[in-house]
Amino acid sequence: MLDSLSTRLQSIFDRLGGRGRLTEENIQEALREVRVALLEADVNFKVVRAFIDRVREKAVGQDVLRSLTPAQHVVKVVHDELVELLGGSGHRLTPAPHPPTVIMLIGLQGSGKTTTAAKLARWYTKQGQHPLLAAADTNRPAAQDQLQTLGGELGVPVVGGPGQTPLAICRQAREDAAARGLTPLILDTAGRLHIDEALLAELAAIRKEVLPHHVLLVLDAMTGQDAVTVADRFNKAVGVDAVILTKLDGDARGGAALSVRSVTGRPIAFAGIGEKTDALEPFHPDRLASRILGMGDVLSLVERAQEGVDQTKAEELVRKLREDAFTLDDFRDQLRQVRQLGPLDQVLGMLPFGKMLRAAPKDLTAESTDLGRFEAIIGSMTPDERRSPEVINGSRRARIARGSGTTVQDVNRLLKQYAQMRKMLKQLKGMEGKLRLPIPRG
Amino acid sequence: MTFLSGLRDRLREGLKRSQEHLASGLAAVLAPERPIDDALYEELEELLLAADLGATLAADFTNRAREEVMFGTVTRADQLRPLFRRFLADTLQPAAQPLDLDHRPAVVLMLGVNGAGKTTTAAKLAAALSGSGKRVLLAAADTFRAAAIEQLQRWGERIDVPVIHQAAGSDPAAVVFDAVKAATARGVDALIVDTAGRLHTKANLMSELAKLKRVIERQLPGAPHESLMVMDAPTGQNGFAQARVFHETIGLSGVVLTKLDGTAKGGIVVRIVRELKVPVKLIGVGERVDDLQTFDAETFVDALLPVQ
Repeated sequence: MLDSLSTRLQSIFDRLGGRGRLTEENIQEALREVRVALLEADVNFKVVRAFIDRVREKAVGQDVLRSLTPAQHVVKVVHDELVELLGGSGHRLTPAPHPPTVIMLIGLQGSGKTTTAAKLARWYTKQGQHPLLAAADTNRPAAQDQLQTLGGELGVPVVGGPGQTPLAICRQAREDAAARGLTPLILDTAGRLHIDEALLAELAAIRKEVLPHHVLLVLDAMTGQDAVTVADRFNKAVGVDAVILTKLDGDARGGAALSVRSVTGRPIAFAGIGEKTDALEPFHPDRLASRILGMGDVLSLVERAQEGVDQTKAEELVRKLREDAFTLDDFRDQLRQVRQLGPLDQVLGMLPFGKMLRAAPKDLTAESTDLGRFEAIIGSMTPDERRSPEVINGSRRARIARGSGTTVQDVNRLLKQYAQMRKMLKQLKGMEGKLRLPIPRG
Repeated sequence: MTFLSGLRDRLREGLKRSQEHLASGLAAVLAPERPIDDALYEELEELLLAADLGATLAADFTNRAREEVMFGTVTRADQLRPLFRRFLADTLQPAAQPLDLDHRPAVVLMLGVNGAGKTTTAAKLAAALSGSGKRVLLAAADTFRAAAIEQLQRWGERIDVPVIHQAAGSDPAAVVFDAVKAATARGVDALIVDTAGRLHTKANLMSELAKLKRVIERQLPGAPHESLMVMDAPTGQNGFAQARVFHETIGLSGVVLTKLDGTAKGGIVVRIVRELKVPVKLIGVGERVDDLQTFDAETFVDALLPVQ
């Protein structure tokens, strides 16, 4: 999936033979592919329509950059436009002139408000601040217990217990925060449907009385087309100042963010990237743009690949390939390059043989901890064993496993991967002339 | 499943909002005198897209409509709606299957990504079964999320169903082991296991889930009788990836589609049903305990594309 869009675009331009300049005709088919990619990423169809029009307007007549193929050029235009729409360089929450800064979290059930409240508390603690959490979700059973537990783990005080109304809890929390000199105050509210007028009115009342500086809509990154309706209703009924996108640690492409941004005009402030309380980071529009397109960030990946992949090593690899001398040492080099470049699934396609690695059993690609293990295993082999792995018998395997702190099964798995890769390389040998390293031109 | 029947009206009521939303769009699209042209197809396709059916499925249905028009079986714009309804109904018909609970104890495993509504669904199902005279046991195997055990316990008190649990952070496999033992010893009719939410991309959490299933299987051959993936209706295209990976990992017996009382239509299940052949066993249309219903293809199509 990684480079499916650029590959598809490439094949379109290959067929059209169009080079040098983007025209109404040669871009038409390409934009159809872009449209599908955006829809598959859950960008709302109306937003997609407007977006495609904008891109067409911008792209037609442009000269293709010399360093890029027409397909890459279209992707670049699309990508730049996405970044711009998503909010350029990102959004930061400004502190209130008179503390406490009050942050209120709202959203649908299950979007991740309570977890996000704790994450924010931790985030601000790391910044040297002393936050206060208010557990104002009196609806979901044990939601207040959940925030109490999380606050306890973080050493952040939590106010709000059973028997109080959400408004009373928030009001009390604001007074407490001011009295105790705690800031920011983070209000966790109950999840509710965007069409539940009574519950929306409750939020509006809290907003009116407690006067939060930032009302943040917590949105699940897996949300589909309905994200526009949700954001619009919350925005109209309560007012949304910014968005937090949660559950981005999965493989959802997060197109809902673009929808929400288009509909409300509100920026995205943070992204939730895991279940633990430290898994929150400021939002990076460029990263999400790449993700929405289902590809590594083409240009920066090209740059990173150029920096990360040593050209001479790559050429060396081709020579070894030619001589059928791909050893475990080379295998390790490949693994190291993969590790240097960062998120695995993003970079694999950019590397020599990365595609094969990706096609190989999940073992290698699933988790980067495996790469560490594999490195350790190869490190525990003698130079002889690395050069000619055929000599690795049962007792050597046991020794290597002991030496690397792994198991014989791990060693076997590595050897199997290596053998598979070698086999693939052999098959490739026949098409040597055609083999172009995906090291970018220019 | 008599305990959930007779509630079709409630379901319609729950789904009405999504219907209204879509119906207004469709009436304009499918006026009988409208010529059948590219613009019309595009609008139709967008209606399917708006319901989260996904680009591939929307294009596929639209192309099939084009074929029918080409063959002359459809000549007027207003005939297209019944045609699309048929496509949807044909696809969804095999999806309506009842829960398999004819075992003692019948073991139901609830799983899914974070925030889909597993705990609430487990409690609602327990309440429904208990309300129909069955003896039910809940197991709190989400030992990871803070206060998840308490959440299920509160539910247990509210609906008067005992909850098997251990301390937070304990091994979920141990909880499940205990729960199956208790269910067998007490001779209950059903054991409903609530597991921790996990994203399908986390390999270690997925193997933990596979282990839970193995623990149940080993203790009680043939169990779990239901492995239900809970997914909420607002979920977009990622829902398919979720279902695929969960299905590959432990073999799903069905999907539970929750939160259908909003404006989201949950169209991604059409793709799940079509490509994975996993049925939809239950839907959730509200927060109340009796808002859990059996899935009915016809009613669901009504919500996606209402009759005029």
